[in-house]
Parts: sequence; C-alpha cells; structure tokens
Amino acid sequence: MPTIILFAPLIGALLCGFGHRMIGERAAMMIATGFLFLAAALSWVVFFQHYDHPESIPLFRWVDSGALSVDWGIRMDRLTQIMLVVVTTVSSLVHLYSWGYMDKDPQWKEGESYKPRFFAYLSFFTFAMLMLVTSDNLLQMFFGWEGVGVASYLLIGFYYRKPTANAAAMKAFIVNRVGDFGFALGIFGLFFLTDSISFGVIFEKGAELSQTSFNFLGMDVNAAEAVAFLLFVGAMGKSAQLLLHTWLPDAMEGPTPVSALIHAATMVTAGVFLVCRMSPIMEYAPGTLAFITVVGASTAFFAATIGLVQNDIKRVIAYSTCSQLGYMFAAAGVGVYSAAMFHLFTHAFFKAMLFLGAGSVIHAMHHEQDMRNYGNLRKKIPITFAAMMIGTLAITGVGIPLTHFGFAGFLSKDAIIESTFAAHTGVGSYAFWLLVMAAAMTSFYSWRLIFLTFYGKERGDHHTHEHAHESPRVMTIPLMVLAVGSIFAGMIWYSSFFDEKFDRFFGMTVAEAHGEAESHGEATDDHGETKADDHGAKDDHGGHHTMGPYVAGQGALYVGEGNNVMLEAHEVPKWVKMSPFIAMLLGFSLSWIFYIYNPELPKRLAAQQRGLYAFLLNKWYFDELYEVIFVRPAKWIGTFLWKKGDGGVIDGGINGLALGIVPFVTRTLGRWQSGYLFHYAFAMFMGLAAIITWFVIGGAG
Amino acid sequence: MDNLLSLITFLPLIGAAVLMLFLRGEDELAARNAKMLALFTTVMTFVLSLALMFGFDPQDTGFQFVEEYDWIGGLKYKMGVDGISVLFIMLTTFLMPIVIGASWHVEHRIKEYMIAFLALETLMIGVFAALDLVLFYVFFEGGLIPMFLIVGIWGGAERIYAAFKFFLYTFLGSVLMLVAMVAMYMDAGTTDIPSLLAHEFSSDTLSVWGWQIVGGAQTLMWLAFFASFAVKMPMWPVHTWLPDAHVQAPTAGSVVLAAVLLKLGGYGFLRFSLPMFPIASDLMANFVFTLSVIAIIYTSLVAMMQEDMKKLIAYSSVAHMGFVTMGIFAANQQGVDGAIFQMLSHGFISGALFLCVGVIYDRMHTRDIDAYGGLVVRMPAYALIFMLFTMGNVGLPGTSGFVGEFLTLVGVFQVNTWVAFFAATGVIFSAAYALWLYRRVVFGDLIKASLKGIQDLTGREKLLFAPLVVMTILLGIYPSLATDVFAPSVAALIDNVETARAAFDGAVQTAQQ
Repeated sequence: MPTIILFAPLIGALLCGFGHRMIGERAAMMIATGFLFLAAALSWVVFFQHYDHPESIPLFRWVDSGALSVDWGIRMDRLTQIMLVVVTTVSSLVHLYSWGYMDKDPQWKEGESYKPRFFAYLSFFTFAMLMLVTSDNLLQMFFGWEGVGVASYLLIGFYYRKPTANAAAMKAFIVNRVGDFGFALGIFGLFFLTDSISFGVIFEKGAELSQTSFNFLGMDVNAAEAVAFLLFVGAMGKSAQLLLHTWLPDAMEGPTPVSALIHAATMVTAGVFLVCRMSPIMEYAPGTLAFITVVGASTAFFAATIGLVQNDIKRVIAYSTCSQLGYMFAAAGVGVYSAAMFHLFTHAFFKAMLFLGAGSVIHAMHHEQDMRNYGNLRKKIPITFAAMMIGTLAITGVGIPLTHFGFAGFLSKDAIIESTFAAHTGVGSYAFWLLVMAAAMTSFYSWRLIFLTFYGKERGDHHTHEHAHESPRVMTIPLMVLAVGSIFAGMIWYSSFFDEKFDRFFGMTVAEAHGEAESHGEATDDHGETKADDHGAKDDHGGHHTMGPYVAGQGALYVGEGNNVMLEAHEVPKWVKMSPFIAMLLGFSLSWIFYIYNPELPKRLAAQQRGLYAFLLNKWYFDELYEVIFVRPAKWIGTFLWKKGDGGVIDGGINGLALGIVPFVTRTLGRWQSGYLFHYAFAMFMGLAAIITWFVIGGAG
Repeated sequence: MDNLLSLITFLPLIGAAVLMLFLRGEDELAARNAKMLALFTTVMTFVLSLALMFGFDPQDTGFQFVEEYDWIGGLKYKMGVDGISVLFIMLTTFLMPIVIGASWHVEHRIKEYMIAFLALETLMIGVFAALDLVLFYVFFEGGLIPMFLIVGIWGGAERIYAAFKFFLYTFLGSVLMLVAMVAMYMDAGTTDIPSLLAHEFSSDTLSVWGWQIVGGAQTLMWLAFFASFAVKMPMWPVHTWLPDAHVQAPTAGSVVLAAVLLKLGGYGFLRFSLPMFPIASDLMANFVFTLSVIAIIYTSLVAMMQEDMKKLIAYSSVAHMGFVTMGIFAANQQGVDGAIFQMLSHGFISGALFLCVGVIYDRMHTRDIDAYGGLVVRMPAYALIFMLFTMGNVGLPGTSGFVGEFLTLVGVFQVNTWVAFFAATGVIFSAAYALWLYRRVVFGDLIKASLKGIQDLTGREKLLFAPLVVMTILLGIYPSLATDVFAPSVAALIDNVETARAAFDGAVQTAQQ
C-alpha cells in the first residue's frame, strides 16, 4: 500500500503532463486529482495502522559503490505516517481547489493550455515530497529534497512571462542549494564516519559518534555535533530559517494553491521533519540542538516582526509560516521532537486553509493582493470569511487555558512554549520569551489581516468590490475540510503527540530496566525521585518516572536518556501555561484598537516611527545586504576572472609564449606556412618516428 | 568473433574510405548518400559494440577481447578492453549516430565532413581500446587531426585562432608525454600496457640539477603525462582553449568534443597516471585537488558571466571535469567510480546541451544569450528538454549528473575535507549559472520580433534527443547499470594502488629508522 501511495502521484503527473493532448485537458486534470485522492485515502488507512518497529520496504538498487550501497526504499513508521497524511491530504485538497482557482487565469492568453502543466507540476511535487518523507536513507531523502526544490522552482516560476516570478523561482532554488550544500556535507560526513547512510544503521551509531571526533576543515570536531550541524544547515534552507529565509516571501509569486501546498503545509516543513527524523543523532549533539533552538526562536520572532507591517495578504501569511516554522525548530531544539511534529501536523491544516482562504479572497477580488484595497468583505464571501476566521483562531491559539480544549494551534503552540520553558536552559529561556512575544505578534498580524480584509470600509477599486463574489464549490469544499482539521486536530491528537503516551504512538521501544540502573548514575535517579513525588499518580506506565530509556533506531523518534523535557513541560508553573494565551489576547486587543477602533492610529504610528517602520517593511534589509555581500561580488569576480584571469593572464601568457616559440618552431622545421594542422601532424609523426627509431635501435641492440 | 574489437574500431574508417573512394558528385543525391552511409556506418558500429557489451564479463578484471599482432618495426598491435574502457567505447558508439543526425543540414562539403567524423570515431575508439603504448599514442594524438579539420573547415569566423590555441596547448603536452613514453620503455623494456601496469616504476628520490625529486622517476613521468592529460581534460589553468574551440566548432563538433574528446584526459589518468605511478599520484594528489577546486569555483563564476551560450556550457564543462580529476586522485572506490560515472554522464548531458544550443542556433544563427528570451511560449517541447538537461547539468538527483558528483565528493571527503567543502560549493554555483542561462533564454515573455516565428523541435530533433533523455534519467535512477560494469575493475585498480603505496610507506619508514 505505501508503494501505491508513493507512486500514484508520479503516475498522475506523467499521465497529466504528457497525456493531456491525447485525452484532453479535463481528463488529464481528473486523473491527476483522482490519483491524489486515492493516495490520500490510502494514507489515512495507513495512518491508523500501528508499526511496532519501523518497517523497511526495499524497492530496487540505487547507488552502489564499494561500501556505499543505497537502495530506493520506503521506511514506514510514525513519522512517515504523519507526513503521508499531511502531504497527501493537503495536496489532494489543493488539487481540487485548483480546478476553481486556476480556471480562466488572467495571466494567460486565450487558448493557451496551462492547466495540465500546473496539475502535472503539483502531482510531481507531491511525488518528490513523498519520496522525501518515506525514505529510509539520507540519499533518497536528498533526492526528494532536491526534487521538491525543482517542483517549487517550476511552480514559483509558473507565470513564466513575469520577470519577478522568474527571479523568485531562481532565488528559491539557489538559496535552497546553499542549504543543500550543508546537507550534502552532512551526508558525506556520516558516510565517512559510519560507512553507511541508511537510517537503520546510522540511528544506532549516535552514542558512538558522540564519542568520536574527526578532522573537519582543520578543526577537530565532535562527530555527532558536526553531522547534526551540517544537516541542520540543509534544514535551514528548506524551512526558510533566519539567514536562509529570503526566498520564502518571494516565493509568493507562484499561484496561491502552490503557496498553500508547498510554501506552507509541506515542503517548508521538510527541515523540521529532517531534524526530527535525525533525532537519534541530534540527541547526541547538545551544541547543535542549542543552536537549533536559538535559530528557531529568533526566526519566529524576526519573521513575526516583519509580518506586522506587510500589506500583501500572501506575504503576511508567508512571514507567518516562516515564524511558525521557527516554533517547530525551537521545540525540536529543546528535545521535544514530538511537539515539533505536532505543530507541523496542525499547522499544515490551518496554514493551508489560511492560504487557500487568501486565494479565495484574491480570486474574489480579481487578483488584487494588497490588503489596503480590501475591506468589509465578510458579507460578500461568507464561507471564505468563516474559514479565515477559523484559521485565525487556530493560528493565534484560541482555547480555554489550563485545559486541553481549543483550536489546533492552541494545543500545539502552547506545547512548544511550555517545552522551551521546561528545558530549564539558557537557550530554552531565550526561546520561551521570544516565542511568547512572537505569539503576541502572531495574534496581532493575523487579526490585522482579518480586520483589514473583512471589516472596516471598502477601500480600493469600487468596481472590483462590486463584483466580489464567493468562490465556486470546488474551492470552498477544501476550505471546509481543512476547517475541520484546524478545529479538531489539536484536541484529538494531543495525547498522542504530547503526553506520556507519545512513545507508544511513535512506536518507541523502552530498553530493559537493568540497563538504566547500571549505566546512568545518580543524576537520573535523583531526578526520577523528585518526579515520582510530583506526579507519580498520573504515571500510567508503571515504574517509569522518567521517560525511556529508549532503544535508538527502534522507533520513529529517539529521546535520549535524561531528556525529560516533555514530562516537565506538563509541570511548568501556571503563569507559563497562561502566557501564550495572554500574549494572544494582547495582540488581538492591539489589533482591534489599531484597525477597528481607531484606523488612523497605524498611519500615525508609522509616521512617528518612520525608521523602524521602514526597517520592518523592508524585511530588515536582508535582500539588500545579500545583494551587496554575495551577488554583486560574485558577478564582479566572475567578470574579473574571465577578462583578467582567462583573457589577460592565461591567454596573455600563452600568446606571449606562442609569439616566442611558434616562429622558432616554424623556422626550425622549415618554414611551412600551410597552417597549424600540418605542424601538428608533422610533430606527431616526428614523435612517432622517434619512437620507432628508438625501438628499432633498441631492438637491434 | 576474434576480431570484434578491431572491427568496431575500424568499421567507421572503412565507411570513410568507401565515402572517399566511391562517392562522386556534388549534387543533392550525393549529399544524401553521404549522410545515409555515415549514419548506417555509425549505427552498425553501435550494434557491434552492443555485442561487445554483451560478451563482456564485468567480474573479470583483466583485459578481454584481446587481439595481438606484430606491427611495423617490431611494434605490436594490441587491443583489448577492461571495465574502465569498455563503457567509454559504448559512449562513443552510442553518440556517433546522434552526431551524424545533428549534422543533417550541413551543406558545405558534406562528404568530407562525414569522412572527418567517421575517421574521428575510429581514432576515439582506438584510444580506449589500445593496449600498446605506441598504438595509444597514434590514436590519442591522431584524433586531433580530424577535430582540427572539423573546427578549421566547418567552424565559425575565428576558427584559425581557436585551432591555433588548441594546437599550442596540445603540442606542449604531447612532447612531454612522448618523452615519458620513451623513458617508460627504457625502464620496463616493453610498450605493452598490461605489462607496464604490472611493472613497478622506481620511486626512489632522484637528484636532478641539485633538486631532490621525491618519488623519483615516477614523479617525472607522472608530470609528463599530466602535462598532456591536463590539457585534454581540460584542467585549470590550461582550459582556455576549450571555450574558443567550442564556440568555433559546428554543433556536431562541439558535441563530440564535449562528450568524448574531453574524456580522453580522464581516461589517460585512469589508465596510466594512477595505476602506473601510484606513488607519484599520491604525492601529487594535493596539487591535483587544488587545481580541481580552483577549476570548479573559478570556471563556475566565469560561466555565470558569459554572454555566449556555448562558452557558458564550455566553462561549465571545465567545472564538471574538475570533479572528475578530484575523484580520480582521491583514489578510493567512490572517488574513481564517481569520476568514471561523471565522465559518462557528462557525455550525455553536455552533448545534449550543445545540441540544445544547436537547435536554436540553426534557427536564429546566433549564440548570443541576449538575442533570446521567452522561447517557452513557442517551443514548449524544447523548453522541457532543455530544462531536463539543465537540471542534469546542475546535478539534480534522479539525473545521471547527480551520481557522479555525489560519488566523487563522497570519495574526496574521506581524503580531504577541505577539498570536499570547496568543491561542494560548486553545487551552488552550477545552479546559479545554469538556471540563469535557462531563464534568459527560455523564460520571460516572447517579445523580440525576430523570435515570433520560431518553430519548436522537429521530429528529427526529437529523435536525436530521445536516447539522451533516456540515458540521463535511466542512469540517474539506476546507475548500477554502469557501475556494475566498471566497479570490479576499479576495485582491482584501487587494490593495486593501495598495495604499492603501503609498500612505499613501509620503505620510507624503514629508511627513516
């Protein structure tokens, strides 16, 4: 069954992309969509199965060279199951939605066929993404990793007539390649150290790696740290984390369904998935984990600040995505991988819905994306309004504090914030405060979006407002389905992801007890005792006061011994549990004051704080900075090497040499002027003659 | 068939002879006959080489299909293939029908043109099949004569300058290689390549004019061979002939040059430098690594700034060949496997890219990137194929371009992380120049008046690309198809190299004690 899930989108893509001339546009699109729904249905079936141990399904050989032997294969475990559901569900809904959104796209001229191409790209993307998440080795993952990059490149640049779209597509690919560069080095490193890049093998080597050091670029580095760090660089690129984030906002040049599928729900979460997948290595790399936390929390904060002032509806959501990904990394960084996966899971629903909702607004408003030209749309597009509302309630984390009752984002985001606090480390506290502030900003910009779009006065082109209409059924149905997920996904799966039961959910094997007693000394034991007093009653595992210890590689995740952050996250003080909720209320109130109560306030504030406003509006000037540090020097050096290096020094030298030698050779050899060819042939035969002579003399002697 | 290898080698030459002797006239019919005969000959050669492939046993790491005859002056004519060379022969015979097909619209002196290409095929196959030093030399240097003619007669406006540059570089290298070959004969007393492979060349430190030469005779011979092979690769800084040669050559000439002739240097390193001078190869590895890394970064940056499509692809070839030299001198299984794979893959991908340039050059008669833009609007099939090979060039997993790059990097990482680090930056640069080229030529709106009537790929053109598309994807998804053939021979090669190095290290230690 996993094989069918994996290849259905590929077959759909090929039939749709190459077959549409034969079978017609509609049939081609139907095939692509149909195969995706098949994959989604099967994925849910698979999701409710349980794998005690990761199961490996080999397909066929791939790269084979000496000790390096990699097969195409599928690894089935909880992580794969989660990703399968997320990817195929969102993708199938996006396929369906695109029937409406891409119909009669004004970017294209009369009679141009673009829809089958669009559907083929979407299905191809889905295939690559599935290759990524089902992989049972790093190389296949890299295949999917780059495959989604290409699909993303093609889809961002889908409107190939637009120069901005082409530029954005290239930027996305190249910035991602910077990350891939780190990822690739991580793979080389792992192979060098363990002679393998198959998960089954490397997951058992974590402890060994942490005891090993090797020379990397002249430094003696800890093997586990180095590998974990390099892999995380790849994750930073794909998940648009700070420094490598610049491509994501630009990627909004692509059609909106693409933004929902690739740049919100699936591809950009691949980095988080990678870190979680590599938890058996990450757990042995505390330095890298701290770095991940800092990067994640900083990105969450930084992207949220930019989100506050953007006017393009899609860019607001894009920065929001960037920020939410930061949350996930922060959770993974403090060692609570399941919370990261939980947020990934819920985020997929509500963020895809926000994007599709935004698409529906854009569709209604004749492809106007500037929120300053919206206003008072709630009556005209009620279903879209309801969906956006649910999405906003979910992302801002509305729920009843101190209970497990609320929208999806309430449960998963709070889980992350509590985890960072419970880490009781410096970086943990740093992350905690930044994430709480980011939560306030998330609430502010999300409500700002709602207020600007659906409330207030109609702004902008009057004609457009008059013609605003609700989107067709194919577009609203996906919204409704995602709405269900956005409301309930958190409550249903809270205990599976973020509770003591999580180890069963993730199929993790608890090691035999005697190992624990012998090998980890007092620190763990002390810890365990205090725990026992605290919540011994709650503990339904009987006897385990700490988590695990788990057997590395025998589960979808690995949590190291002594990492009890998740348990402690449930025991954090009440004010910590309340803090995201308070932040959310604060953001909402401010937003309400700014955009409903006194709509003049934002302008006044912007005028007053002009510097800060410009700084945020221009995205902290990262693009300008990169242009100066990387792009221009690269072009300058390229030109310099070409003109001066190749042209001046090398050719100059050769020509100089030639002027000296050639006349000499020509004279010596007898003034033949019939062209270089003859010289050459002559030289060759002279040489040959020399050898033969030598041979004959040698033979004779 | 005892003489299968010779038959494959000389069949194209027989075809050329038939053309030369029996084909008369300048009319349409004669031109057509010349093309058909050339096509028939190359296809037959390919079919015969398939028989070679089926008869080849990869597990046998020695030479197979060996033929040996006496030749002039006590010299031997000896041919044979092993796992390393057999696929290069396949690459050559596979590409030649495509090359002939790409020349279908050549009008100027078509008969001579076909003769030159057929002769070139014989000489190229001969290089890979020769098992005698002198024979190798004849094929290796002789191959350049038809190439000169192709550039010189059917080339562009500045063909003389290009040919001159080509000549000068090659000439210097050849002289040194010749000297080394003589020295090898003096030392080993034979020109038989299998015997030379078994011979142990001295690596005792030599003193020449007061210079202490570590690695002794091996180092000197290694350097002499290096001078020749480095030019052919081409390696930085002796690469500047390549962009000029490509720019001036006709499309088919560029395809052969990129796909096969650039592989002669790499093959030479694998057949001579690494196995015959393992100590010197070890001593010089860092030198080669340095040049390779410079090649990768330097030429990638230069490629980014090119305005001529062929030059851009030529520079990118130099960068890709940097991975090859790096992999070979990493001298481990992954490195050498990767280098061979990269050469084969580059044969398909760069050949196809030059064909892509040829397609639009035929229509617009310019290679200037700025003259294009928005081709996707009128040429969707072309856009798709060009995209596939652009991605292959970028080394996208799933295309053959990835496997070679990946394996060479894996190989070199085990030897030197600095080299792997800097070489891996090539993946970023290659994305930059390749996608920028693609964007400027294919994407955007089609607004230039001159392009309004441009036509998409013809049936003939699609037919030419089809086998290349298949190979690029097939080898990307199932590379074992190729690696299974050469891996055992490479393993044997690595084994010998390591044994020799261990002995050398042991000797050095003993000397120090």
